[in-house]
Amino acid sequence: MNNDCLAELAGVSKRFGKIVALDGVDLKVRRGELFALLGPNGAGKTTAISLLLGLRQPDSGSAHLFGQLPQRVETRRRVGVMMQEVTLAPDLRVRELVDLVASYYPNPLIPDAVLEMTDTAPLRDRPYGKLSAGQKRQIQFALAVCGRPWLLFLDEPTVGLDVQARELMWSTLRQLVEDGSSIVLTTHYLEEAEALADRVAVLAKGRVIAEGTVNEIRAHVVRKRITCVTSLSSEEVATWPDVQSVSRDQQRLNITASNAETVVRRLLEADEDLEELEVRRAGLAEAFTELTQEVVA
Amino acid sequence: MNGTGVMSATSSETGRGFVDLTAMPGRRVFGAYLKEARYESVRMLRSPAFGIPFLSLPVALYLLFAVLLFGEALRNDPKAALFVFTGFDVMGVMGPGLFGFGIVVATEREQGLLTLKRALPMPPAAYLLAKMAMAMVFGVIVTATMIAAALTLGHLPLTVGQCFSIAAINILGALPFCALGLFIGTRVSAKAAPAITNLVYLAMIYLSGIMFPLPKTMQATAVIWPAYHLDQLMFRALGAPSQTMIHVAVLASVTLLLTALSIRRLARIG
Repeated sequence: MNNDCLAELAGVSKRFGKIVALDGVDLKVRRGELFALLGPNGAGKTTAISLLLGLRQPDSGSAHLFGQLPQRVETRRRVGVMMQEVTLAPDLRVRELVDLVASYYPNPLIPDAVLEMTDTAPLRDRPYGKLSAGQKRQIQFALAVCGRPWLLFLDEPTVGLDVQARELMWSTLRQLVEDGSSIVLTTHYLEEAEALADRVAVLAKGRVIAEGTVNEIRAHVVRKRITCVTSLSSEEVATWPDVQSVSRDQQRLNITASNAETVVRRLLEADEDLEELEVRRAGLAEAFTELTQEVVA
Repeated sequence: MNGTGVMSATSSETGRGFVDLTAMPGRRVFGAYLKEARYESVRMLRSPAFGIPFLSLPVALYLLFAVLLFGEALRNDPKAALFVFTGFDVMGVMGPGLFGFGIVVATEREQGLLTLKRALPMPPAAYLLAKMAMAMVFGVIVTATMIAAALTLGHLPLTVGQCFSIAAINILGALPFCALGLFIGTRVSAKAAPAITNLVYLAMIYLSGIMFPLPKTMQATAVIWPAYHLDQLMFRALGAPSQTMIHVAVLASVTLLLTALSIRRLARIG
């Protein structure tokens, strides 16, 4: 493991009874990047994170954090964690929870600074059990960052947050990466990965089926979407070369094309009154759907 | 959320090339243990469903039986008065350890808190030691209220030395019940834990003979319950003849064995 690789799964397999959770998985999280781990339910994301955090042992292969075994408490002192489903002590106040978790780290932020940073200072003296679901997620995020971690593991961090709180968390995540932290993010919101991730790995049925930058993953889907207002019939356009599918939404025609340039040229030639032409490349969501469907099929 | 940076990597590089920020002075590690214990006690004392029954029930029942219902009779029978006092005192020590571990550990396992703590750099034994400390804090409070009730309303002639002996026995005596609670909490679901813990708690109260003298046929089985041995140590501290070492050995063995089995299970299954 080199200096730039903070966390690594190398040839890892893990079974639970007859179920293969991970099957020969190789993953690397590099210094200073936000790495998004995507996959449908049951793909093996949580198992992969559990192995990296030392919560489970691989059946074969190896898991390392900072070149060391993740079971060592010294290794985990560089790590912050936000889990998806966790109930913290309801009778402790927010500041007390931060104070407690900060005590695990050698050089933590002071609790009030953490609350300021995560925009949760007004919740300081509230019992955790009295907070809303979104506020609880914000406090769990505060606990994840209070120890000045090198590497943050965030499992579905923005579930339950309102739009404003989600945007605040996104901007904090970007700032953390800018300041040198690395982040492993699992999320069901593909626009979140699209907006934040430097690199993405897609897991399906316990295997890494795609890995690369968001653009590289999107490139797996070559088709593009064309929309326009036209008098041309969908039946006619559907017969053109390079057109994969056509649908009409009131006046608007939605075309999926393998070669957008050819189709656009022909559209403009066929209808001089054509308006509101838009061409969009496939998003991460479409790439994700296509990739995972291929594996499931 | 503003842009305060969380990383300040300024220390020296380690042999593998990573900056070593993980060195933690012993003082800070000790501080983490203390904070875990402090906040565990604070949250349990704040929890009305836990704090009120375990702090008030033993002394309330003691006052009911030893003062209101049978006060006159017990004043003429010092041996029986002692029996009632030690019985409710042991009951008070049992609750926080058994329930604080039995139900709380099972719940925290299912609700992900234990997993989160294992993923965080919490000092390895802090979780268990904090809960043991909480049970001891409750033990101290129960002991103090029981002694105050016994001296004032119960007219039990306790010396200062005996009071300290009772307190010491109660504080350490909480540990076997913590171990038994932990054993339950690591093996059953959060739904089943209250029923199983209550069953063990109630069975132990009655079958260990700490509340009522057992019929002869059942006396031999009382020794299987830790409460019996703690009760015997209390008698010894208050001047009754009893084999101290045997009871201490049994309680220590139960504590070590059940704790070891539970830690092994937690490490394997979580």
